[in-house]
Amino acid sequence: MEFLDFFQYSFLVRALIAGSLIAVLAGVLGVFLVLRKLSLIGDGLAHVSFGGVALGLLFGVYPFYVSLPLTLLASFFIFKLSQRARIYGDAAIGIVSAVGVAGGVVVASLAKGFNVDLFSYLFGSLLAVKSSEIYFLVLLVLLTLAFLVYYYRPLFALAFDEVSARAMGVKVAWLNSVLLVLSALTVAVAVKAVGVMLVSALLILPAAAALQGAKNFRWALASAALFALAAVWLGLLAALNFNLPAGASIVLAGFFLFLGAYTYSHFRS
Amino acid sequence: MSLIVRVENLCVVYNEVPVVEGVSFTVSAGDYIGLAGPNGAGKSSLVKALLGLTPLNGGKIELFGQELKSFSQWAKIAYLPQKHQHNLLFPASVLEVVVSGLAGMPHIPAETAKERARQLLQDLDMTETESKLFSRLSGGQQQRVLLARALIREPQLLILDEPTTALDPQVREKFFALLSKINQEKGTTIIMVTHDTADIGRYARSLFYLDAKLIFFGPFADFCHSQAMESYFGDFAQHLICHQHAPHSAPLS
Repeated sequence: MEFLDFFQYSFLVRALIAGSLIAVLAGVLGVFLVLRKLSLIGDGLAHVSFGGVALGLLFGVYPFYVSLPLTLLASFFIFKLSQRARIYGDAAIGIVSAVGVAGGVVVASLAKGFNVDLFSYLFGSLLAVKSSEIYFLVLLVLLTLAFLVYYYRPLFALAFDEVSARAMGVKVAWLNSVLLVLSALTVAVAVKAVGVMLVSALLILPAAAALQGAKNFRWALASAALFALAAVWLGLLAALNFNLPAGASIVLAGFFLFLGAYTYSHFRS
Repeated sequence: MSLIVRVENLCVVYNEVPVVEGVSFTVSAGDYIGLAGPNGAGKSSLVKALLGLTPLNGGKIELFGQELKSFSQWAKIAYLPQKHQHNLLFPASVLEVVVSGLAGMPHIPAETAKERARQLLQDLDMTETESKLFSRLSGGQQQRVLLARALIREPQLLILDEPTTALDPQVREKFFALLSKINQEKGTTIIMVTHDTADIGRYARSLFYLDAKLIFFGPFADFCHSQAMESYFGDFAQHLICHQHAPHSAPLS
């Protein structure tokens, strides 16, 4: 199948649009998370999302409606835990992550019968994305880009040096909270597309690729979004041509792009 | 002269150890103060307390007549931290770092910000680094860029925490000269933390000597003639400090 063939099938068009919107979100937010050494937050939140999906399936509610608020709650919990409980951010993420998976597994074992549905959330099903999820993604992309543009200088200062940013009067706690909320929303919706196991790769790989050769911060943000878009498109194309799972193909495409960026940057310098 | 800083009975405690104890002082507009003291004397804790970066365990701080708890005039203040915790991966160009000093000042348009940044880089002999990655610069160059990031705010109060540690002697002289110029021409109030009591005496007008408690605060000349300080430091140490002191002798260009 060639790229233009995508547009003949509405489910493929939806997959392409949803994947592209997730790519933009994961790309730009991933840069902030990677630079602030919070890369694994995607993993932690995805595991909580898994617990939410299991709960949703147990009570017969559309899983996204349960996993979304639960993931948001978890992001605040990570934030408060790392701020007040004398725990480093990675440990806070680890705690929330473990509880999310454990909760999901317990719920799944209590209610036998939806394991197949739950399995589809582990590895994602981008081709089954609904129109309502695309509307949500459009809104989320617009909100995220508006936030980044309006607060660009404070966000840069925060990512570069949090202590100095606070001394400049930057509302650090508020900006951190918004970044976490946006990341949580992105993870909650991306879990459907690429799966619990792979969502953090979409946050990390494009950002890591972009950081290999970025000349400045704007360049890094833009190229991370482009790397993520390329990963989604190449991954989907490979999935359809070789009958592979879409989520895993996207992540592998992201890895090869990272490898390319690393090699190029290594030889250039 | 208007008061910029008023501190009353300030106490800061870290891990149950008091690092600043019952310190009171005022700073007036246009002052240039060297904040000195031995290692662990609480110098950095004091400036962090002034900037609201560390919680107070007692006392009161007022900046520009407003209590720190409700302080909102951050645009009047700039801070150059002791050690920049920069991330080697961070893809920031020098120009971006300098412009980021205007965070929280959205009323300054991007073009004006870039013009100001370029002028400052020129003043600091850093024009050619504008497009380079900050992480690729030497320690001394990074320190100059961070000074430019502080100065782009055109602050009324500039707080620097051991800013010359990574600088070679030649650059250090230029650095101090620029600060003296800003202090004299623009009336910027400067508080500079230093471990080098003798060196700061050549530039700052007043010495603030801290050893958890306030030991001395006043003009260098008074410090050098103080019997109390002689008994505190010992005759030899005080002589060493004062020997190099030649107030206001900083070259301005």
